[in-house]
Amino acid sequence: MRVLVTGLSTYWGGRVAQALEKRSDVDVVVGVDTRDPRTQLERTEFVRTDSSHSILARIVRATQVDTIVHTHLVVDSTRATSRTLHEINVIGTMNLLAAASAAGSPVRKVVLKSSGLVYGANKADPYFFREDMQRTGPARTPVERSLLEAEAFVRDFADDNPHVNVSLLRFANVLGVDIDTPFTAALRQPVAPEILGFDPRLQFVHEDDVVDALMYAINNESPGVYNVGADGNLPWSEVCAILGKRRVALPFVLTNLAAEPARIFGLWDLPPEAMALLRFGRTIDNSRFKRAGFRYGYTTPTAVEAFAQALRLAGTIGDSRPSYRYEREVEDFFRHSPAVVRDPA
Amino acid sequence: MVTDGPEHAAERALEIAAATHPDVDLSDLDAAVGDPAVGRELVPIVRAVPDPADEVRRSDVDRWGRSEHFRELTRRAFDPIYKYWFRVEWEGFEHLPEEGGALLVANHAGAIPPDAPSIMHGIEKDLGRPVYGLAENLFRTMPVVGTLWSRSGGVAAHPDNAYRLLHDEERLVLVFPEGTKGTGKHYRDRYRLRRFGRGGFVDIAMRAGVPVIPIAVMGAEETMPILFKSPRLAKMLNVPYFPVTANMLAFGPAGLVAYLPAKFRIRVLPPVSFDVPPNQERYSRSRVMEESERIRRMVQDALYDMLRTRRSVWFG
Repeated sequence: MRVLVTGLSTYWGGRVAQALEKRSDVDVVVGVDTRDPRTQLERTEFVRTDSSHSILARIVRATQVDTIVHTHLVVDSTRATSRTLHEINVIGTMNLLAAASAAGSPVRKVVLKSSGLVYGANKADPYFFREDMQRTGPARTPVERSLLEAEAFVRDFADDNPHVNVSLLRFANVLGVDIDTPFTAALRQPVAPEILGFDPRLQFVHEDDVVDALMYAINNESPGVYNVGADGNLPWSEVCAILGKRRVALPFVLTNLAAEPARIFGLWDLPPEAMALLRFGRTIDNSRFKRAGFRYGYTTPTAVEAFAQALRLAGTIGDSRPSYRYEREVEDFFRHSPAVVRDPA
Repeated sequence: MVTDGPEHAAERALEIAAATHPDVDLSDLDAAVGDPAVGRELVPIVRAVPDPADEVRRSDVDRWGRSEHFRELTRRAFDPIYKYWFRVEWEGFEHLPEEGGALLVANHAGAIPPDAPSIMHGIEKDLGRPVYGLAENLFRTMPVVGTLWSRSGGVAAHPDNAYRLLHDEERLVLVFPEGTKGTGKHYRDRYRLRRFGRGGFVDIAMRAGVPVIPIAVMGAEETMPILFKSPRLAKMLNVPYFPVTANMLAFGPAGLVAYLPAKFRIRVLPPVSFDVPPNQERYSRSRVMEESERIRRMVQDALYDMLRTRRSVWFG
């Protein structure tokens, strides 16, 4: 298997590349991103480039990759302007899929990491979203719009290229001590936000399950759209209770405006789509991916508990992540210098 | 603790096992624990295998938002009203199934309808099965009220929600097909059933393969009669109707929560089963509307029948 990983420098790109490197049936891992990788990689070839079509097409042709893992979809709108969101999610996906569908393309499998954000959170929602259900309200936030647009490209691509196995995974909110999302960031603070009088049920997925799910889609023939969220859901009050956080109520009218001071003072940065979740909640039906054979390591309650334990550990020993800085000369030396003995018997 | 010997550990383990596994016979082990000679060697073998997900739970809120603990509290608070204010009496209670999913379909009345809590209270108390009540998703937008509604078994009336409850979980689900057209009608229209929606409830029951159990409620109409309505205020407040009730005229603002003590009679009619295969993509529209109309007729006739024998609104 020859694999191209987009968004290599994002948390997910790095984790997937690490997992791919361990597999003996993976011959080549190529990673692209606009920034340097932040995880230490053994044999992944890194190309620093933006997601312009001509370069991507050349990379695909030159490396003859048969599998593309597209992790470079931004779902956290606190880290990107709406302009960047559009560039990365919409234009980036469009260019990548165009490169993959060029004449004589060797690509036979595409795995994409999307988000449950495409379902939104509205009062008329079903309590459990299946993959074939549409959102019940219009997408108002840039991140939701860009993801919907990106998914539309994916659908077109899958229709036009029936010989390519396209798996689109929509993830619930991820919990994990290594990943920063608006929710994990808010839950690291001494107090957690809530909207006065609302106690919605939320669903989470553990970061390890996210990587496992992506790897499962890479290793298996499972074309189609799949929801990936842990079993069960929890009221927000209970999530906070398990984490031992006090809740501070925001008013139920003009909520986003009232949350602005908290954002400015760096307490919580909850974008409107996260606020909608604190009002209406969302659970996605994970049964389709389970029927396809995937097994979760965590349920929603155990994922929250695992996060609580990881936070306690981090609170005591500090950040346990080894800091890593990518240096091209060093990496090139270890990968390509004839002086380095590879495969020591 | 020094006295916390193996016997105590064994006893405690047994208590836990008995609480978590009520179906396992523990009497042998119990005897063994009672015998000090055995107790020293015997490590309790009945070990509870709790779901790790349940161990970390702090509340009993289920995936629909219902909390049995919260229901227990509300039942305790509502019981005096049920018993002494509305003096609810049931007929045909035996038509309610002890197991399996069923869609309970009732008429709806009163500006703030007391029929839903009464039906749910009676069934949970006397049949011991939880009832999920489908309602307008308007509740989901209401702070505090919406949360309490959800904790006490309220579920937004989405067809997929109803299907999962009935088919996947085999629950009892209560629905009022008249919706706000029933509760928002004037007192002069009392006991005249409104349109039963678009017959969606029949479609869901067919799809889930469960029977519909029609329920006729007499008394709710008189608990909070609507005399006038203000469409303008309703529009301003974004609610389906804004009523001026007899209660408000009598008690002022307290009339919003003070019900008149009308006598309740609830008649459960025999279950209606549809002999169609479940899980079909689509059911004949005409068949659905026919069944819907038939069920509406049954409830309407039962109400007329009950009203014929009612001597007093207050004493039944």
